[in-house]
Amino acid sequence: MREGLTGSRIRERRVMAGLKQAELAQQIGISASYLNLIEHNRRRIGGKLLLNIAQALQVEPQALTEGAEAALIAALREAAGEIGLAEAEADRADEFAGRFPGWAKVLAACRRRIAALEQTVEALSDRLAHDPQLATSMHELLSTAAAIRSTAAILTETDSLQPEWRDRFQANIHQDSRRLSDSAQALVTYFDNAAETREVAHSPQAEVESFLAAHDYRFAPLEQAQTPQEAIARLVAEAETLKSKAAQHIATGVLQQIARDAAALPLAQLEQTVATQGHDPAEIAQALGQPVGRVLRRLASLPDLGAGLVVCDRSGSVTFAKSIAGFTVPRFGACCPLWPLFAVLGQPGLVMKSRVAQMGRGQAEFEAIATCEVQAAPAYNTPPLSQSVMLLLPVPSGVASAQPLGATCRICPITDCQARREPSILRDGI
Amino acid sequence: MSKLVVLVEDEVNIAEAIRFLLSQEGWRVETLANGSGAVEVIRKAAPDLVMLDVMLPGKSGFEILDELRGDPAMGDLPVLMLTARGQSRDRAMAAKAGVSRFMTKPFSNAEMLDAVRDLIAR
Repeated sequence: MREGLTGSRIRERRVMAGLKQAELAQQIGISASYLNLIEHNRRRIGGKLLLNIAQALQVEPQALTEGAEAALIAALREAAGEIGLAEAEADRADEFAGRFPGWAKVLAACRRRIAALEQTVEALSDRLAHDPQLATSMHELLSTAAAIRSTAAILTETDSLQPEWRDRFQANIHQDSRRLSDSAQALVTYFDNAAETREVAHSPQAEVESFLAAHDYRFAPLEQAQTPQEAIARLVAEAETLKSKAAQHIATGVLQQIARDAAALPLAQLEQTVATQGHDPAEIAQALGQPVGRVLRRLASLPDLGAGLVVCDRSGSVTFAKSIAGFTVPRFGACCPLWPLFAVLGQPGLVMKSRVAQMGRGQAEFEAIATCEVQAAPAYNTPPLSQSVMLLLPVPSGVASAQPLGATCRICPITDCQARREPSILRDGI
Repeated sequence: MSKLVVLVEDEVNIAEAIRFLLSQEGWRVETLANGSGAVEVIRKAAPDLVMLDVMLPGKSGFEILDELRGDPAMGDLPVLMLTARGQSRDRAMAAKAGVSRFMTKPFSNAEMLDAVRDLIAR
């Protein structure tokens, strides 16, 4: 595929340059028939040869290769930079990618994997250093062990220990051994529970999500705050879950949005409207003269609806996710392009409503309402920043046909999907 | 006159064991279980050696060490620090605060006595 496009581009550029196949072949020192095979995408092309052709055609080598290859080369250069490879060697990344495309991909994939693992390790070691309960337990364990070790050594090593001292130390050991077994037990229980219920936050986004979930996505201090900035700063400062600077930054942004929404559409007003005319977002937006995006966000904070919410920016990166059982928003990697969230991207004002089901185990169905809204204040000749908002309302399954979609390609069972980016790791029968 | 050590340690049984061991070596031992008044006690007692736990109620061992080193009269006082968190971070902090010697719990009695003798011989 990649080579195919490269060959066609070489042909296109050669024709544009007014060169005959034989002329170009002679310039770069290959036979005309071989160049013909390359141009018809019958031979792989890369490395030195590609560079020579690019030079002969007076174009950047990247202009002849696909975007994916540029990304691959960038990843290789990144890996080289990390290791501290000499500049002259690092400059040969495209040659390497051209000559050994498969190995280059392996190297780039390894580099991505290392980055993801490093993030996980950081999260885990952070926990060891910052988890007060774990630190206290370890301290208790080591202190008791120290007391027992010292006392036991005195009992065995001191010749002619006076009986009252001996009794005393024996009582101490007895007491400490009880304490030691209790604290060991407590530590085991803690780890047991930790494995079951506590999830380590792997990324700033995950920290933000657990922070929001801990507050049930509702922030009473922001609902009628006179000075929302102060309330936001306090909430962020007091949150134990927001450890990284990045998470604090993201959370501040989310809370500012909530404060703006709360000021424009007070909870009481929303609840009253829902009570009288139901929770159809478009109807509420019309009745209250509010933008649909805001209504979607506010509805997501009503606990009775049990709705999920996903927000993405103009690049399609998910910036906010309130998860809902049965609808997975991948933490790493790209989401399924079939989501209505992405269908409305770049079309501000459009509101889509559809019934969707994420394929896989469970297969819950949702009514998805998505819209795109302009984020920034208008400026001349500048494409506006926009974001998409999608509300997911749980609905009973099997009532009407639902559009099948995925979470992310790698774990998606849908076959014959036009939008598939990469093969699924799921095999038939799973 | 026998030598005097002030031992600041909130673990009663550890304090008792250390007190016993040092008494056998001919030391007088004054024990404290709280960090908050420690600096004052040490200043008045003018001991030959201080043994400090890191995690103390009231005031941490680091804070106490810092105050001792800030006082010209006690700038050279040998201080042996004990911690139940063998983290290199603690060790680095203690070194920075001017500790004479650093020991992690659990330690052997012989190790502890060697350290004490070593500090006094300097």
